[in-house]
Amino acid sequence: MTPDTHTEPAADPAGNYQDGNALAGPLGELFAVDVTAATGHCTECGNQGPVAALRVYVRAPGMVARCPSCDHVVLRIVRGPRSVWLDLRGTVSLRIPLPAPVEP
Amino acid sequence: MSSDTRVTSAVTSGMTANVATTRAGRLRWRIARLVERRDETEAARTLVFDVPGWPGHLAGQHVDVRLTAEDGYSTQRSYSVASAPAGDRVELTVARVPDGEVSPYLADTMEPGDEVELRGPVGGWFVWHPQDTAPVLLVAGGSGMVPLMAMIRVRHDTGSRVPFRLLYSVRTPDDRFYQPELRLPKAGLDISYLYTRTAPDGATRPPRRIDAADLHAHGWPAEFAPSCYVCGPTGFVETTADLLVELGHDPGRIRTERFGPTGG
Repeated sequence: MTPDTHTEPAADPAGNYQDGNALAGPLGELFAVDVTAATGHCTECGNQGPVAALRVYVRAPGMVARCPSCDHVVLRIVRGPRSVWLDLRGTVSLRIPLPAPVEP
Repeated sequence: MSSDTRVTSAVTSGMTANVATTRAGRLRWRIARLVERRDETEAARTLVFDVPGWPGHLAGQHVDVRLTAEDGYSTQRSYSVASAPAGDRVELTVARVPDGEVSPYLADTMEPGDEVELRGPVGGWFVWHPQDTAPVLLVAGGSGMVPLMAMIRVRHDTGSRVPFRLLYSVRTPDDRFYQPELRLPKAGLDISYLYTRTAPDGATRPPRRIDAADLHAHGWPAEFAPSCYVCGPTGFVETTADLLVELGHDPGRIRTERFGPTGG
């Protein structure tokens, strides 16, 4: 633990969260590639890491994914009956790995 | 948590074969019919499903299971696949969460012939590819054993000779999953059980939580550059990942999957 309150996650000391692996299904409903293996970039602290390593809170309307470094909300996904809201306000970019080109 | 930051911030270098998995078309729900049940422990049961059209999966991937009540209320949970790919068969191991919404139905009520909705496989991060030749360290806490068992089974089924070491932390000997199978010796797979509450008679290690001495004694030296997979409850995963980094392992070679409370 560090006494620096900026790096101490505010949300839940009991570790009451899942990780970004849990986003694979909800995001897989939308995208043809697996986004959890992509590298995200936090708008708040600049941390770069896999979406799979985000801290995901599901006891909210939808799912809220926070940066494991600074606890900033990087991604939210809420599913309604006719549409899905994907809020990426805390994400500078997603770098998505691609398969190597196939030789002809 | 500063230590966790270390693990995740350096992870961008990744391991080999970190390639996005692509599906043909959107993920969709399929009907899964239960064909067999096996008790693993008093609190956990393996369910064998037949899922027509199952596209196959990678070791470590998971599925979402959806239950819908007659009044239309539906709820879903994620479960790791325990089995290696085998046609339309998909095995899940479900630990019963008391007062849970989904797990008591799956683990207790559901009978062969009953159906649920299932979609997947999903998740391309916490996976092991048999073409990776680095030695593998698996560290399981409790039911975190499930996706690691899929890796052990895929290693076996593909004839891989990649050396594996498994450290499996459980409360008591009775809490171990997959015992008939794990008791059979397999060349290149070393297994160490770490008991946290009750150890078997004659054990020299007193019951305790995983520590650096365990990882030092039973894991790979950091200079062997193993691929590390850690799965279990959040606290277990964070402790283990921090210990591995302290022992000199490259954070970019440590992959984690946490079980959080999901309401079961």
